[in-house]
Amino acid sequence: MNDLTKRSYVIVLVFVLVALIFIVKLFRLQVMDPTYKQYATNNVLREVVQYPARGLIYDRNGELLVYNKTAYDLLITPREVKQFDTTMFCNLLEITRKDLEEGIQKAKSYSWYKPSILIKQISPENYAVLQEQLYKFEGFHSQSRTLREYSAPIAAHALGYVGEVTGGDLEKDPYYKSGDYIGISGIEKIYEKQLRGTKGIKKNLVDVHNRIQGSYRLGREDIPAQIGSNITTTIDLKLQQYAEILFQNKKGAVVAIEPSTGEVLALLSAPLYDPGLLVGRVRGKNYAELLADSLKPLFNRALQAKYPPGSTFKTITALIGLQTQAINTSTHFTCNGPASTPIKCTHNHVTPTNVLEGIRESCNPFMWNTFRSIIGKYRTSAEGFSVWREFVRSFGIGTILSSDFANALKGDLPTEDMYNRIYGTGHWNALTIRSLAIGQGELGVTPLQMANVASVVANRGFYYEPHIVKAVEGDTIRSSFKMKHEVGIEEQHFEPIIEGMRQSIKGAYLLPGIEYCGKTGTIQNNQGLEHGAFEAFAPKEEPHIAVFVYVENSKWGASYAAPIASLIIEKYLNDTIASNRHYIEERMINTNLLDPNKIVITDGAAE
Amino acid sequence: MAQRNNIWANIDWITVGLYLLLVLMGWLNIYAAVYDAGHQSIFDISQRYGKQLIWIGAALLIALVIMVIETNFYVFFSYIFYGAMILLLLLVLVVAKEINGARSWLSIGGLRLQPSEFAKFATALALARYMSTFDFSMKNIKSLFMLALVIFLPAALIVLQNDTGSALVYFSFVLVLFREGLSGLFLFLGTLIAVLFVLALIMANFTLILVLLIAALVMFLVLNPKISQFVRVSFFLLVPVALAVLVNLMLGNKFEWADIILAGSLLGAVITLVYAIRARIRNYIIIAVFFMGAVLFTLSVDYGFNNLLEPHQQVRINELLGIESNPYGAGYHVNQSKIAIGSGGMWGKGYLNGTQTKFNFVPEQDTDFIFCTVGEEWGFAGTFVVIGLFLALFIRLVWLAERQRSVFSRIYGYSVAVILFFHFAVNIGMTIGIMPVIGIPLPFFSYGGSSLWSFTILLFIFIRLDASRMENFRDSRNV
Repeated sequence: MNDLTKRSYVIVLVFVLVALIFIVKLFRLQVMDPTYKQYATNNVLREVVQYPARGLIYDRNGELLVYNKTAYDLLITPREVKQFDTTMFCNLLEITRKDLEEGIQKAKSYSWYKPSILIKQISPENYAVLQEQLYKFEGFHSQSRTLREYSAPIAAHALGYVGEVTGGDLEKDPYYKSGDYIGISGIEKIYEKQLRGTKGIKKNLVDVHNRIQGSYRLGREDIPAQIGSNITTTIDLKLQQYAEILFQNKKGAVVAIEPSTGEVLALLSAPLYDPGLLVGRVRGKNYAELLADSLKPLFNRALQAKYPPGSTFKTITALIGLQTQAINTSTHFTCNGPASTPIKCTHNHVTPTNVLEGIRESCNPFMWNTFRSIIGKYRTSAEGFSVWREFVRSFGIGTILSSDFANALKGDLPTEDMYNRIYGTGHWNALTIRSLAIGQGELGVTPLQMANVASVVANRGFYYEPHIVKAVEGDTIRSSFKMKHEVGIEEQHFEPIIEGMRQSIKGAYLLPGIEYCGKTGTIQNNQGLEHGAFEAFAPKEEPHIAVFVYVENSKWGASYAAPIASLIIEKYLNDTIASNRHYIEERMINTNLLDPNKIVITDGAAE
Repeated sequence: MAQRNNIWANIDWITVGLYLLLVLMGWLNIYAAVYDAGHQSIFDISQRYGKQLIWIGAALLIALVIMVIETNFYVFFSYIFYGAMILLLLLVLVVAKEINGARSWLSIGGLRLQPSEFAKFATALALARYMSTFDFSMKNIKSLFMLALVIFLPAALIVLQNDTGSALVYFSFVLVLFREGLSGLFLFLGTLIAVLFVLALIMANFTLILVLLIAALVMFLVLNPKISQFVRVSFFLLVPVALAVLVNLMLGNKFEWADIILAGSLLGAVITLVYAIRARIRNYIIIAVFFMGAVLFTLSVDYGFNNLLEPHQQVRINELLGIESNPYGAGYHVNQSKIAIGSGGMWGKGYLNGTQTKFNFVPEQDTDFIFCTVGEEWGFAGTFVVIGLFLALFIRLVWLAERQRSVFSRIYGYSVAVILFFHFAVNIGMTIGIMPVIGIPLPFFSYGGSSLWSFTILLFIFIRLDASRMENFRDSRNV
């Protein structure tokens, strides 16, 4: 038996051994291995993102342009879903059974126990109906998001739109998470950082069924969302609205600038579209439709179109001629009308005796001769061209001009190298590139650039960087907006040009009581009817508005572009349209220029 | 009456103290597991901690009653208790309703009891009584058979109730038998069988049999360094294997490779056995038998596993052995349990601050997985103390058992120690993922009246016996 007593030690040894194994295992589990702590946090912590409201956008007078509306996302937590009436569910949400099944499948593959979005951006009206029935559908809940809403369906191109972030955005900025919204174009894009605010995080404790049990650490680690900053634009709501009314059923662009500040009063690209189309659940469908539209409504002509400026460019040609002393105020060139060479004159007018008349009559031979004189003043054509080009550039042509616009383009300003490539070095001269004199040829300008040219003329020699945002709440605007850009042409040279521009105003675009200056342009177009353009500023002294209007396929600049510009000017300066001009207004509004067969040219005014 | 005073003086207060400490800690942790800021009154009997408080009160009352009763009562009535429990287990099989897949609950009025819990102390009493009888001998086949019957009759009935976990507890009596003289070979064989069982499930049969074949050859070499004999034996073993493979190839791979090697090696083992018997090489006989036994056992494990075990049991064993892993499937329990314990760190999250257990991530958190609350809220410090206290109790019980004069008391004492130990080992092992999920409670900690009372009765009968160890009561054998 003594022998068996010793076996008690074996038994105790077994006890101790097991206890030791437990202690070693527990030490590893609890003290050495940090992963379980992480798992535990993942288990109970649910971080709920608090989406801030996007900043509001106002016009220059404090009128609201863009605000937010609430929409609801429906989320699904697959693990909690019980059998439900799928037919009723689909009817409530206006989705097909296939959508539902695919959505549920997608959610399941993401996570069984974490909620994921099943249906995005349900309108408050639909949500109100849904909410009453939501209790019948276990495992579904909603979260509110804010969507853009527009006080008027205008300025789509200037304001831009907001959409879901792309993979590229996610890579560029870790702030964004999949499903977040980001400004994609216009002001929404350029001022994304200010408008978006900062997302917040609310940390909730959840139980095994994902039911919220309370705040983590009593909310001490919550980060409240900071709402986006409000932005005041330089846009004049009423003017923009009016310009858009005038531009219905037309293609083209309008840019209006306050010359004394560079503030953009109106900016439109036609065909127009309602910015509200690119919001909410309908966005994807509408976007595809707009993209497929042969008239390219999404293309922002005001900032991206490379229009040949045509005769509106003659102001620059004349100004450079005067500044370089290639001509003076009494220089005379003979015009033989349609018989002129190398560029014929399309207008019947008296032979201009000076530059003022050259501008007033938009005389092609005068401009060609001026251009030839400029180039010929220098040792070689190339050198002359370079001087000319530098002057043109100083007007902002061939440059981005401003950083305040998303997707603005430089346009085309030909270079010496380009001509060398085309014609061979030394094998080209003023004659070769004569089209430039009258704003055709290789020139491609954006309406923004031409509006800026009008602004330069209005200011007699300088401009401020055109910009569209006047103030950002809690922030300052760029200092570059206040910087004066001199174009290098002396003030005295502007007088004959401006006077010529004033005298050219006539007929349908003559404004009673307002003395203003303008320059029409008619641009040959291989694909159809000529494009009409008009560059203007008003009033002549101390101008408040410089405007450039471009109407595609409208034949003469004087036919539509000039009357439309005059109406915009009148509206801006007088706030009303004189009663004897109502018929012009009506005609502009009612004309449909989208179908070339229907265009009736009523006024063959000379240019 | 003088005797009675004596008893109170002789009570082993250390054991009683350990018991009270564990019960108190258990209750604190049940309170934490069920804790909800909305229900804070500890006496709220609609909550489990409130009910447990009642069970504890009743348990103390039961303990008191046990202490008052004469020790002879337990000896005399041991068979009666046992018989009554067997009848109750049978009754349960007939009338019980199914709860959590097991038919082990008996409802009497509003009270629900689990007879399988109480069968443990009755079996321990009957075992002590039987093994302390005059004509009992470990070497007697009839005695061993009776012994097996006493232990496995209740176990079998409990298996029939679908409560395999509780039935497994009865295996722990092997340790008692070991103390009383059962050959160490049984323990060794038991361990070997367990290891083989695990290997059979983890490895493919093919691999395992190759491993066994190599092991057998190595053993031949080690146990009998005569090279000529070793070469001969290798020849006996490998030639049939090679032949079998050849035949299979000629038949165009009609049979599975595993089966062919198996058949060949078994044939080889038989040849080896015949040779060893003729040559009278004892070691070779043992090895050949071991090899054949191991191969047959492996096959039967596979068969038994696939055909006899319920799917949920298969999954649990597979999860444990790492064959299957699905954190949201059957492994969910263990995974969440490890997360809860692991997240406790060195010092724990503080009492009532556990998030995993409070928010129900751990299933059965107040019963089988109560140890998670300890781990999460008290950290390694807490789990260390609890394991230390249990170990102290087990060692104390062994020490007490060894100091008994009567065989009955000693065997009963050991039974108490090993039953408690088995629960402790399986329950905590399960929560930290080194044992399969077998639903048995942690003694004194887990919520539940039946288990607390049964453990209390189990322990206090021994404390009572120990208190009277100096008395000379009826006992056929004395140490």
